[in-house]
Amino acid sequence: MSEPSREARTSVIRPYGDTTGDGMVQLSFTLPVPYGKRAEGAAAQLATTMGLDPVMVVHAKPMGEGFTFFVVYGQVSHLVDMSRVEVTERDYPLLNPKEVNLAIREGLRRRMVVVGGCIGTDAHTVGIDAILNVKGFAGEKGLEYYRELRVVNLGSQVSVPDLVERAREESADAVLVSQVVTQRDAHILNAKEMAAAFRDEYPARARPLLIVGGPRFGERMAAELGVDRVFSRGTTPGEVASYLVDALITRRGPRPEKRSA
Amino acid sequence: MLELDPVAVRKARGLARKAGRPIVTLAKRHTTVSVERATLRLAGLRGADPDGTPWVNRLVDAVREDVGLENGAALPVWDALIREGMNDLTALAQKAATGSVRFRLPEGRDRVRARAAARKAVAAGVKRLDVRRRERERLIRKWGDAPRQPWIYLIVATGDIYEDMPQAQAAARAGADVIAVIRSTGQSLLDYVPEGATREGFAGTYATQENFRLMRSALDDVSAELGRYVRLTNYASGLCMPEIAALAGMERLDMMLNDSMYGILFRDINPVRTFVDQRFSRQVHARAGIIINTGEDNYLTTADAVEAAHTVTVSQLLNEYFAKEAGLEDWQLGLGHAFEIDPDIPDSFRMELAHAMLARRLFPRAPLKWMPPTRHMTGDIFRGYLLDGFFNLAGALTGQGILLVGMMTEAVVTPWLSDRDVALQNVRYVLDAAGNLREDFRPAPDGFIAQRARQVLSESIKLLERIIDHERGLLDAIADGTFGLMKRPPDGGRGLDGVARKAPDYFNPASETLEEAG
Repeated sequence: MSEPSREARTSVIRPYGDTTGDGMVQLSFTLPVPYGKRAEGAAAQLATTMGLDPVMVVHAKPMGEGFTFFVVYGQVSHLVDMSRVEVTERDYPLLNPKEVNLAIREGLRRRMVVVGGCIGTDAHTVGIDAILNVKGFAGEKGLEYYRELRVVNLGSQVSVPDLVERAREESADAVLVSQVVTQRDAHILNAKEMAAAFRDEYPARARPLLIVGGPRFGERMAAELGVDRVFSRGTTPGEVASYLVDALITRRGPRPEKRSA
Repeated sequence: MLELDPVAVRKARGLARKAGRPIVTLAKRHTTVSVERATLRLAGLRGADPDGTPWVNRLVDAVREDVGLENGAALPVWDALIREGMNDLTALAQKAATGSVRFRLPEGRDRVRARAAARKAVAAGVKRLDVRRRERERLIRKWGDAPRQPWIYLIVATGDIYEDMPQAQAAARAGADVIAVIRSTGQSLLDYVPEGATREGFAGTYATQENFRLMRSALDDVSAELGRYVRLTNYASGLCMPEIAALAGMERLDMMLNDSMYGILFRDINPVRTFVDQRFSRQVHARAGIIINTGEDNYLTTADAVEAAHTVTVSQLLNEYFAKEAGLEDWQLGLGHAFEIDPDIPDSFRMELAHAMLARRLFPRAPLKWMPPTRHMTGDIFRGYLLDGFFNLAGALTGQGILLVGMMTEAVVTPWLSDRDVALQNVRYVLDAAGNLREDFRPAPDGFIAQRARQVLSESIKLLERIIDHERGLLDAIADGTFGLMKRPPDGGRGLDGVARKAPDYFNPASETLEEAG
């Protein structure tokens, strides 16, 4: 084996068990086969195929009927070149509820107002409720839970004019709209109609931040729809709250003057 | 066991009664669309129109349009049946849906006749609750009960009832005493109960009468095979509490999640709607021999588990008061609490023991429901597994009745087959190794645990006093955010339009029968 270059010595790594470069990993999995010698053989074969060599099946246990659970240790020969690691960063920092509240208190000096609902004929409030209700989603509490957010949840089947009016009444900083029903592209048409209405009714700089969400939206559709942000499947309340802070406070800088209602 | 000042305990109970009584009065003065629909379900009306709207909804809506709900749906419905010469509620609902039958409030002899017919029809449903309850008792005698306490409670939730059934049977074979089928996200906000067997849900399976029947029958099969009765749990919460309670009773479900304030605080359901629905649903549960599980764990997932410990106790006391008022007995009160203190806080386990022992001591005959850590489960499954072990130990040491099995993959994935298996291994090890430790374990009378328990009790008393200081008691306290989370005014929230104030001669044969029993 030739001596690796200085560069490679620092940037190329392997898993670490108890010695540098030993490449040791552990994994556990279940196979749908009854416990026995053949099951252990199957586990070893899977691990070998995954690139472990040598493989140690250190634990095998029957589970229910026809399943076996394994713990496997083994050595991988793969290398990771740290200089070529690519990560895609979210373009706003993820904050916990305390940090969100603090950022609003310091940056806005009043509560941030969020108005949300399902527009058009869509009666599926699952999405908007997952984001707004205290109950929340994926172990995260909804926006109602944030002390510095004032949430107005209009529920389902809100008309666009009603939404604009409520947003104005409440001096909304942001408007969240959820669309689940996608028949004949209803979600896209409704979102565009909503965005157009807000543009007509508000001067450009005073318009609330417009956010749409739903399982069938692509996150890159914001410009096409005329909104500020699109959130897709699996978005959690914490991500929405973090985005609100980033868009309304961090990016706009300090705004000491009080906004009129 | 922990010693508490009996004067303080009596005081706390007295305050809970004082806070709860006006709510009961309020509940008695109102009815809701769901209470009326539950009544029709007890009378045997089921099924839905081609769009999936249940016939009970169509019929109650039609009655409401013609004569309002203030007098109850029963008199107008059975009066119409008699006038039309029909004896089938489904046919009447179909006719009502097309607008070809008008409802009225019968008077005189018509009223007497409608009343008798309604009582007879609903009595059949109440009888079915009784039959199902006796059937459960008989099957427990025949097959045997869970081998020990706490009962081991496992969740399944694939969204597809036909996937749920084999998973539930596998969980029972692996040692579960109770199977809970989590509901689809958002069902609590539906103002109707979906129909039929369902195969698509969001992070859970819809609660429907047919799904209840299918799952109970799958568990009966596995109970017979295992020689122990495996209990089934679902959720009587949200906008259809009364109906789901009735369906659960008729399909012999064994435990139901049913909290007095959860829907108000966490789902923004109107407070009046919730209290009215809750009382009726608890009367049904009482009659059907169903054990309720309350939702105090939720307070700790939103607030700090140390600072908010007393809110759990207050909620337990209120839940107990409302439950007993509705006719439930001690053995039916699965009052909730949870192991949610930040494990990085020094003495966190001692505090958990203090809180759990306080609950045990305050409600000595209730099968408390002990909920595992979720908030401090980070994805570090190794640490999570240890935390679950301590949770199980606290459960064993403090004599909990129902133990919801914690998963090391909490907050990571929906539980895998292997997650359940290693989690049950954890429970079994702790119960076998330390299940009888509580015979030896006595907290020092003035030690950390005893003092902490007393402190939480005294904070609970203070909170109850603050609630009572409000002009309209609990209702105002909920409105002004006393529970720390949300302000929920009595004229806000979902489902308010489904509430009606009862007229002086309101009639509901189901309420009447259940009230007599209570």
